[in-house]
Amino acid sequence: MEKITCNFVVNGQAEEISIPPNRTLLHMLREDLMFHGVREGCSHGECGSCNVILDGKLVNACLILAVEADGMEILTVEGMVDGDNLHPIQQAFVDESGMQCGACTTGMILSTKNLLDANPDPSREEIKDALAGNFCRCTGYAKIFESVEAAAESMKGTQS
Amino acid sequence: MVVFYRRMPRFEYLKPQRFEDVLELLQNSTPNRYRVFAGGTDLMDQLKQRKINVPETVIDLKGITELDFINFDKSSGLRIGALTTVADVAKSPEIEEHYPALAQGAREIASIQIQNRATITGNICNAVSSADSAPPLLALGAEVVCANRNGERTIKIEDFFSGPGQTVLNPNELVKEITLPPPVDNSDSVYLKLAPRGRMDLAWIGVAVWAQISERIFNNVRIGLGAAAPTPIRTPNAEEALCGLDVVSENIEAAAAIASGEASPRENSFRAGSEYRHMMVEVLVKRVLTQLAG
Repeated sequence: MEKITCNFVVNGQAEEISIPPNRTLLHMLREDLMFHGVREGCSHGECGSCNVILDGKLVNACLILAVEADGMEILTVEGMVDGDNLHPIQQAFVDESGMQCGACTTGMILSTKNLLDANPDPSREEIKDALAGNFCRCTGYAKIFESVEAAAESMKGTQS
Repeated sequence: MVVFYRRMPRFEYLKPQRFEDVLELLQNSTPNRYRVFAGGTDLMDQLKQRKINVPETVIDLKGITELDFINFDKSSGLRIGALTTVADVAKSPEIEEHYPALAQGAREIASIQIQNRATITGNICNAVSSADSAPPLLALGAEVVCANRNGERTIKIEDFFSGPGQTVLNPNELVKEITLPPPVDNSDSVYLKLAPRGRMDLAWIGVAVWAQISERIFNNVRIGLGAAAPTPIRTPNAEEALCGLDVVSENIEAAAAIASGEASPRENSFRAGSEYRHMMVEVLVKRVLTQLAG
């Protein structure tokens, strides 16, 4: 397999990297670029722990080859912080204890961002629908939904 | 044998920019030389799990941007390009208005994350019997435009599926677009899915019906079933039985019973038994027709 040179913008930073064609976006981000907020859960596109936002769209990085994303912008959970300040969604998950083991949390946060960017004031049903592709095997969903509601509340009138 | 399913096998990658170039590659290909993909949400998983023969090269179709379109015209109907994502179909106001069952089917597919990558064409090319886009496409009278290097042919969607995971596409052929006939006055369509969970689940049974009803009479009906047979199917006897009849519950119930008889679900399925699926076809066909009767 000949390596292919690709260019990405990851969390606002340009990256040039040569990668084998069979490398997934998940493994490239996690193991080559060391963004450990991109998690490997099921690796089948079911659980959402590998969620990233690719050119503005929420996707499962485990089902995408890194070479497919050549020339694209990628946002991982690491890109959501502003210096030392957590993003209001991250802060809400901390304040409301929206996690137990934490394995699903980064994916949950990106799905929440994807939801609130389009719908700043979602109902509980809309939240459940938006997070349907993210599994929490601790089954701590109640706290997660409360975190999303708290995030929506704290972001009212602000830009995300 | 335990498969280490998280790791990809080895393959090369090509991303041609022109449709003709892909057809040319496929024309002189040998088995396992190439495998094309659009969204890749099924292919990448199948490759990890070694569920399919690993090709020497995967061909990414996303470079052929001209195949990513939704084109609606009141007189000629709807055209959906081979690269159009499930999310774009789910969100299209024109599809929502004129072909609602298809928008409903698209929204039932997996998660937002998958819908953002997966394509409607990929959903039918994988030819799983429970594919959520298939019953709506059957009910709405879709046709599949396929091409090889020498030309194009159009296949009715009911003739497209040839078995579980199998289509009538030749190895040198690709789907170019899916077309739907223009909207008809006094017609409407609905898709209902029965599954254990609200999202992220495969259908136990999926039913889509398109019906033209005027002056409380069924003028024309098409019924598409998912997960009710080895492939997605139409139920011609139930459709014929309804045509010309009054929109009353006895007629709806009779047609639902006929549709149930036309289903041929697998005997030994771990997701739902055959007898149960027969019963649920009857329930869902009745439910969808009642909803359309208003």
